[in-house]
Amino acid sequence: MPRQEAVARAKNFKEVALGYTPAMAAEEAGRCIQCPKRPCVAGCPVNIDIPEFIKAVRDGKMAEAVTVLKKTNALPGVCGRVCPQESQCEAQCTLLKQKAPVAIGRLERYVADWERENKAAMPPGAALPPPTGKKVAVIGSGPSGLTVAAELAKKGHAVSIFEALHVGGGVLMYGIPEFRLPKEIVQNEINFVKSLGAELVLDAVIGKCDTIDELLAGGYDAVFLGTGAGLPMFLNIPGENANGIYSANEWLTRTNLMKAYLFPNYDTPLKVGKKVAVIGGGNVAMDAARCALRLGAAEVYIVYRRSEAELPARKEEVENAMEEGIIFKFLTNPTKFLGDGKGWVTGMECIQMELGEPDASGRRRPIAKAGSEFVMNIDTAVVALGTTPNPLIAATTIGLKTTGHGTVVADETTGKTVKDKVWAGGDIVTGAATVISAMGAGKRAAADIDKYLMGKK
Amino acid sequence: MLTKDEKGERIPLTIADSDAKAGTVTIVFMEVGKTTRELGLLQTGDSIMSLTGPLGLPTHIENYGTVVCVAGGFAVAPVMPIARAMKQAGNKVISILGARNKELIFWEDELRSVSDKLIVTTDDGTYGRKGLVTEPLKEILESGEKIGLVVAIGPSIMMKFCAKTTQPFGVKTIVSLNPVMVDGTGMCGCCRVVVGGQTKFACVDGPDFDAHQVDWDLLAARQRTYLEEEKQAMENWQCQCGKHS
Repeated sequence: MPRQEAVARAKNFKEVALGYTPAMAAEEAGRCIQCPKRPCVAGCPVNIDIPEFIKAVRDGKMAEAVTVLKKTNALPGVCGRVCPQESQCEAQCTLLKQKAPVAIGRLERYVADWERENKAAMPPGAALPPPTGKKVAVIGSGPSGLTVAAELAKKGHAVSIFEALHVGGGVLMYGIPEFRLPKEIVQNEINFVKSLGAELVLDAVIGKCDTIDELLAGGYDAVFLGTGAGLPMFLNIPGENANGIYSANEWLTRTNLMKAYLFPNYDTPLKVGKKVAVIGGGNVAMDAARCALRLGAAEVYIVYRRSEAELPARKEEVENAMEEGIIFKFLTNPTKFLGDGKGWVTGMECIQMELGEPDASGRRRPIAKAGSEFVMNIDTAVVALGTTPNPLIAATTIGLKTTGHGTVVADETTGKTVKDKVWAGGDIVTGAATVISAMGAGKRAAADIDKYLMGKK
Repeated sequence: MLTKDEKGERIPLTIADSDAKAGTVTIVFMEVGKTTRELGLLQTGDSIMSLTGPLGLPTHIENYGTVVCVAGGFAVAPVMPIARAMKQAGNKVISILGARNKELIFWEDELRSVSDKLIVTTDDGTYGRKGLVTEPLKEILESGEKIGLVVAIGPSIMMKFCAKTTQPFGVKTIVSLNPVMVDGTGMCGCCRVVVGGQTKFACVDGPDFDAHQVDWDLLAARQRTYLEEEKQAMENWQCQCGKHS
């Protein structure tokens, strides 16, 4: 897959992966042997008919490829860019043990992009069934909410999606950077969901403007909770509230949602120093670090308490980050932030770690090496340790069961919660995970909600 | 939280009044920077892109006996609904309204209408009593009258000094903290304040907090984070306005 060259791309917010040309797409699609076992389909959290859409690409039948893809996946432009295909469909590919798995993700992206650029060439979509008269409230317009809305709208139910922010998309808009997932693509996917008949209500903070019980009393037959995991975790070490120290959520929201990289043309600023330390090792940490570079930082560090092997981020994102010149400091844990006495951070005291026995997560436990403290001189820090669900919904909804981590308890297969007429899926149930697993949960919940609404449960 | 247009920033402003029948909310703002000046140029019939609320926790209303409400400048807007609710809950309400000068005194009659007593001060003496709001506040506390609660809302320096004034008297004092905010729903932590040694998000845990527990220095420091950018935005905007006029 052609990419923008590392040095140049670290200075702009344009997409890094440039996408296949038609010739490349046809060639790659031709590699698929259309094997009868089709293990790739089961490897996909939303069970896309992968061999079918690939065959259509191989045969140059692009409109058909789009139709096959969109039958099961409402957000192909998103998935083709941010799914960890290497651990999903491609990991199951029959060709995995031979040469290399078929680049299913790249092909998905190619098809979605083709559709966006060739709307006129697409036949009109299948007619929607007659309205069922049932109303569903979807809370949150992130990947799980959008998926539920699309699936239920396709069945003829009246869906209203309630979004707290002033623009739809959830983490697709505020979290994932422009250079990994262009916001224009996200809005295009949302428009598709709306074209199926779903209504998007912005600036609606459920739990404040209306409660779940008020929605149910007001005429909604079912509610789906897709509010994600938007509460940031901090280190809780001294000095963490100094100026120049951000949660990754704030850093990414200012940058991607509010377009701080275009200040002062856009009004929201972001203070980026010369030496930025991003604490954490997941996809969010990589995103934050790569944004820092593009925002003008001279030196950007990833500070992670375990070693490279334990990094939870996608290998592709780690590679991209390293190529762009981000410095990885492994086996390092911050203990304290230092300041200039006027409220600004000037340094981060760290301690070196070594790996011991595996902990509850199955990864080797990091243990501090006594006497190995040192100071990193930094003027900006981004804390990317992870997120948990925003407590607002649980706090304002009677009868919901939650866990100690703040997640909502829901059935794994159906997404049904213990509260009557309420389902949940995505990060609010699992804790911070992936876009595609949220979509998978959305599909399962939508199927169950449909069964319930049509009296088949 | 309010956003003027697609390129605008999200800013927190208080809903000072509302009329459910008419379907309106009233928001009062001071023109201090680019966004508020742009808002000031809007005419009746114009629209803004986004308004969401109410956010944060509602002010706790109770019959404390006697409540002193202190409003600094345009903060009379968030004080108004509180004073009104306290009065309706059976409190005797003593209000103090202070501003730098006569021009900045706002909603004086409105505040008087929900108070048993209103004292107006201006720093320069151009209206009402010359001096700062803390002076009549101290006098009320020194008079021996039993005060159940003090509510003080205004610039952070004013709230800080109200807190310092009431502390020796041990009177419960509530302030409404005003750090920089982005989403206003608890997802980013920009609005972190420290109260009683603990980090809180002003947007979801507040904005009301116990004044005697607030780390005022931290609040002031964090409010200064974007001074440079605010200045730059204003200069850019004024320059552009100059070109169009």
